Amino acid sequence: MARNFGFLVLILSIILICEAVIFNPITDSHRSAALELFTPVDGSLGSLEETYEALRTFEILGIEKKPDIRASTCPSVVDTLGSSSSSPKDLFYSFKVNGLLKCESNEEVFAGITPRLKASVNDVNILLDFYYLIGSLVLIKDQASEVDVLLGDGDRIFQSIKDLSQSDGRWRYSSNNPGSSTYAAGIALETLAGVVSLSSSEIDQSLIGALKNDIVKLFDGIEKYDDGAYYFDEKLVDTREYQGSLSATSSVVCGLTAFATATSESLDLPGEKILGLAKFLLGIGIPGNAKDLYNQIAALACLESNRVSVPLSTVLGSSAPPLSVKLVQAFSSGSKDASIIENQELKFDPENAVHFLDALPKSVDVGNYIFVFEIVFHDPEHKKIYAIGGRRKVTIYVTGVIKVDSTEIAVLDSDLGSIETQKKLDLAGENALSLSANHLQKLRLSFHLTTPLGHAFKPHQAFLKLKHETKVEHIFVLGNSGKKFEIILDFLGLVEKFFYLSGRYDIQLTVGDAVMENSFLQALGHVELDLPEPPEKATRPPPQPVDPYLRYGPKAEITHIFRSPEKRPPQELSLAFLGLIFLPFIGFLVGLLRIGINLKNFPTSAVPATFAILFHLGIAAVLLLYALFWLKLDLFTTLKALGFLGIFLMFVGHKILSHLASTSAKLKSA
Amino acid sequence: FSQLSERNLNCCRLQTRVSFVTCIVFLLQDSKQKRSEGGERMGRSSTTKDAQALFHTLRSAYAATPTNLKIIDLYVMFAVFTALIQVVYMAIVGSFPFNSFLSGVLSCVGTAVLAVCLRIQVNKENKEFKDLAPERAFADFVLSNLVLHLVIMNFLG
Repeated sequence: MARNFGFLVLILSIILICEAVIFNPITDSHRSAALELFTPVDGSLGSLEETYEALRTFEILGIEKKPDIRASTCPSVVDTLGSSSSSPKDLFYSFKVNGLLKCESNEEVFAGITPRLKASVNDVNILLDFYYLIGSLVLIKDQASEVDVLLGDGDRIFQSIKDLSQSDGRWRYSSNNPGSSTYAAGIALETLAGVVSLSSSEIDQSLIGALKNDIVKLFDGIEKYDDGAYYFDEKLVDTREYQGSLSATSSVVCGLTAFATATSESLDLPGEKILGLAKFLLGIGIPGNAKDLYNQIAALACLESNRVSVPLSTVLGSSAPPLSVKLVQAFSSGSKDASIIENQELKFDPENAVHFLDALPKSVDVGNYIFVFEIVFHDPEHKKIYAIGGRRKVTIYVTGVIKVDSTEIAVLDSDLGSIETQKKLDLAGENALSLSANHLQKLRLSFHLTTPLGHAFKPHQAFLKLKHETKVEHIFVLGNSGKKFEIILDFLGLVEKFFYLSGRYDIQLTVGDAVMENSFLQALGHVELDLPEPPEKATRPPPQPVDPYLRYGPKAEITHIFRSPEKRPPQELSLAFLGLIFLPFIGFLVGLLRIGINLKNFPTSAVPATFAILFHLGIAAVLLLYALFWLKLDLFTTLKALGFLGIFLMFVGHKILSHLASTSAKLKSA
Repeated sequence: FSQLSERNLNCCRLQTRVSFVTCIVFLLQDSKQKRSEGGERMGRSSTTKDAQALFHTLRSAYAATPTNLKIIDLYVMFAVFTALIQVVYMAIVGSFPFNSFLSGVLSCVGTAVLAVCLRIQVNKENKEFKDLAPERAFADFVLSNLVLHLVIMNFLG
């Protein structure tokens, strides 16, 4: 593959811990993200544009196992290409998809569309229309070699597109729209590259020169982050047209590379800015949505179009050109002046594609170092092509086994300093001490730490912890003098700190460091402390944290004790009394009969008789209503019915009783 | 509502006592006239004989009351006996549910009281209610009973 005079970026990715901002080349996590984001819904990936973005991302990342969407996409592609009323945008994206999927290979279809496109090119004046039309023509040229797509008036088209540019390097979308956009600049560059490649005659050099000036001006307006990443940002012109910095950067990068490819010119742009652009694109990591992922991957692909296999890796993970890596300096992080290793060249292992240092010199002890690397190309030609990131500082931890010996623990009498109990410990193995002390004594623990080369070593952590039975803990830091680490706990002074808690204290020793391979945290046993009684005003030990499951976990289940139902009388008793209740009623009836009641006063003539009957019926109805009310009705319906019945009853009752009254009055007067 | 029923109960009790006393007074008034005539003949007799004599006179005096008043008296007796049986039942099985017991007893007592009021108003010898037509009193009795029983049915539960 012919090497392009475009711009290629080289990022070192040696297998070491980087101290700068981590920007890794594209890895498998990008590939799995791509598969996740571009999942087909119902067999298709959405519109032609989205389908194209998905397919291109899969192609660049080299994903073989991609979802099969030919069945759903190809028909729509063929349709769009065949129809004579498709919009330029649809045509453009269907050509793009066709290029990847090879749905339609019939030359006649392409031949049919080409004249229409060529004619439209002369009519349009909006940047996006130019972009789609010219892009479609370029793609036809790639996919159908027989069709004639050359443009006769390339100069004129070039000029009309160029007219939309602005003085700060940005482009406008159309002559009517005064707002400019960096994204539009990228699109314009790509379109102009297409015009150059399609033009039947050579484009005027002055035009190309003017365009190069525009590109330089565009780069003058580049934005920068503190960590060296460069990017193109969009000034918010029109909320509908706002494109973020990622899409603006990606479009400019692709436009640039397309232009450089088409014109075979060498653009003189600072390598630092290109590197910064690559840093920006990689620094995003793995974007969250499909559009951003496409923009990132497409921009990186534009930056790197060379796939010659070389060692070390470029931004997309493919190997780098032959070069050598030199270890310029290595000094420990503490002392920046004294460097231990100088100017060592790293050997290259072609099998694993890594550069390695054979052996660290003997003088490198355990500790924290900074290695400075520099890259030198074997082939000076490469310098023109690749931009490298200067000297690289890398932090290296050299670890080793620290020797711990001469460990002693002793209980001393405070005044005399005489030793009551003394025990030697072996910190490599198990220890189960059992000491006892009272508040007048002291506890002393000491040990030596030595590095493999015999120097003194000060670890990050050297703690002694005493834990009481009630889980109250006390931690002490061990101080050192040279190789010897020692701590003396004077219980007389610590009585208050220990909250006057006597009893059994577990001893735990912790020694640790990043470069110490045998860091340990060991329980040494226990010491029985006898402290005096606390006075009234002594501070209480702090409350220990409660096991969260006790406090917040589920509590014991509450069984509800319902009120036991009242004891009801036996059925027979209730029925017996029901029978008894009727007795007085029967007695009443019997008594009535004995008194000798009669119905003589019952009216005989028709009208009063009916009233009388109705009156009795009315009362019976009311009583029936009451029975129903008790059985199933509610108060409101009862009251409603009672209202009606009551009115009826009143009327009837009044009639009959007034009739009776009048008859008795007549009788009296008579 | 229990307070209300308490008041009702008290009222009823009071009214019952009053009405009973009135009843007895009327009866005695009737019988006194008869007794005064035959009283001198008896002279000095033992208390039992007095009680017997009193009982006889009461009985004969009572026979003279008009029929409609007797009907009312009978009705009152019926109501009181029903109430008593309910109280005995409650004493046996306990007062759960208490509202039912109250409503049962109060219906009996209430209707008895209303009947006594009717009796007072209907009695021709009662000079206070001379102008009130007995039909009107009866209408009041019916109406009050209906209202009482509505309340009772609601409270019965």
